[in-house]
Amino acid sequence: MPKYYRPTTRADALAALAEGGERARPLVGGTDLLVGLRHHTLEPDLLVDLKAVNDLPDPVVVTDEGVQIGATWTLGELVAHPVVQQWYPALVEAALTVGSVAIRNRASLVANSCNASPAADTAPPLLVHDARVTIASLDGDRTASLDEFFLGPRRTLCGPGELVTRIDLPRPAPGSGSAFRRLTRRRGVDLATVSVAAGVARDGGLVLGMGAVGPRPLRTEVPGPVDLADEAALGEALDRLVSAATPISDVRGSREYRLATLRVLTSRAVLAAAARRNPREMAS
Amino acid sequence: MTTHDHLVDDTLQAVTLTVNGSERTVAVPAHRTLLDGLRDEVGLPGTKSCCAEGECGACTVLLDGKAVNSCLVLCVEAEGHEVTTVEGLSADGLTDLQEEFLNAGAVQCGFCIPGQVVSAEYLLRTNPDPDEAQIREALSGNLCRCAGYQRIVRAVQATAARRRGGDG
Repeated sequence: MPKYYRPTTRADALAALAEGGERARPLVGGTDLLVGLRHHTLEPDLLVDLKAVNDLPDPVVVTDEGVQIGATWTLGELVAHPVVQQWYPALVEAALTVGSVAIRNRASLVANSCNASPAADTAPPLLVHDARVTIASLDGDRTASLDEFFLGPRRTLCGPGELVTRIDLPRPAPGSGSAFRRLTRRRGVDLATVSVAAGVARDGGLVLGMGAVGPRPLRTEVPGPVDLADEAALGEALDRLVSAATPISDVRGSREYRLATLRVLTSRAVLAAAARRNPREMAS
Repeated sequence: MTTHDHLVDDTLQAVTLTVNGSERTVAVPAHRTLLDGLRDEVGLPGTKSCCAEGECGACTVLLDGKAVNSCLVLCVEAEGHEVTTVEGLSADGLTDLQEEFLNAGAVQCGFCIPGQVVSAEYLLRTNPDPDEAQIREALSGNLCRCAGYQRIVRAVQATAARRRGGDG
C-alpha cells in the first residue's frame, strides 16, 4: 500500500522522489495511475502529489516563440485555450479524443507523455510540433526532444528521482498546418487502434507522428519541397512517412488492418493539415 | 466520526473536505478512492461504483465545480477541496434536470443515472445552450447498459430549454 505525500515545494517533491527511487511515483491527474494501482500493475511505496507544489513552472506560459506547458495543466484546460487552438490544432483534436470530459478535467498533458503509452493520443501531435521536455532532479534540469524521450512501452528518459516539469512547444512556422486523425472502435472512452498527426510546411515538407503502430510513438518526416498536388509525389511521400510503422496484432486490430488504415489516415491527416495552411502566410 | 473508527491506526490519514456544502473529516488509507470515501465514510451512496477505472462514469461527481470520475481520485487528494455529489445538486427535492429525466422516461434500471445527471449538470453549467452533438460528447463518458441514450439526450435538451425560459 502506497503512502501519500503532498509537498508544497519543488525541492521537497524532488527530494521525496530521489529518496523513493523506483518505488516512488509522481501523481498529477491519476487517471492512469489509479487504474494501475487498482489492478496491481503499479505498486509504488510512495505517491508524490504535485498539485500543491507552488514553485513548479506555471500551467501555461505563452511567448512569441511558443507555449510552455507545466506538469499540472489538464487536457480540459488545454482544449479550451485560444492560443493552443490556433497554433496547435492537431494537439487540440487529439486531446479531445482522450477519455471523456471527466477524464480530461483531471488528466495532465505532461503526465500523459510520461506514461509513455505507445497509443497515447497526445503523443503524435506533440512529436509533430517538435515538443521538448524539461527533466528535473536534485542534480539540476536537462532537456530532450520528445522523440528522444520515448524509449519504449511505458519507458522514458525520466528515471528514478526525476520529474518532467515542462513541455515546450515551438511556435509553428508561418504557412504551416497540422491535423490529427484516429481510428477507434468507439468514439469515447476507448484507446486508439491507430492514430496519426500530420504537419505540413509551407513548401509541402511533411512530418508525421504515429500512435499504436510501434513500441513507442513514432516520428517521421519527408523534407520539402513536396508537390502535394502531384498524386505520384504525394503517394511516394506518404509511403515513406509510414514505412517506420511496426504494428502488432491485438484486440483492437490486426497488424495488416493497422498498416492498411494507417496509410489511409495519414493521407487524410496530411490533406487536412495542408488545407489549414494560411494562404497569406504561404504567399509571403 | 466515521463508521470505521475501530480500524484507525497509523496507516490512516485524516482528510478534511467539503461535501455538498458541509465540512467533513474522514480517516482513510492513502489508496482509498474518493468514490469509496464518499460512499463508505461520508455515507452518501448516490455516487455509484461500477467499473472503478474511469470507463463508465457512474461515479461522476463535481470536484471544485468540475466533473471528475471519483474512482480516479484518491480521497486524500480531496483534502481542502469541495465535492458535490448527486445528493448535493439540490438542497431539497429534485432538480429541474432530474425532473426532466423522469419526464423523458430516461431512467430505466437507473444505476447510471446519478453519473449521467452530474455530467449533464456540469455541461449545462458550462454551456447553457448545448446542441445535440455537444450533449452526446459531454455524456460520452457515461455508459448506460440499458442503452437509454435517446431519452437521456432529450432530458438534457428539455432542461436547457426550461432554464432558458422556454416551454421545455
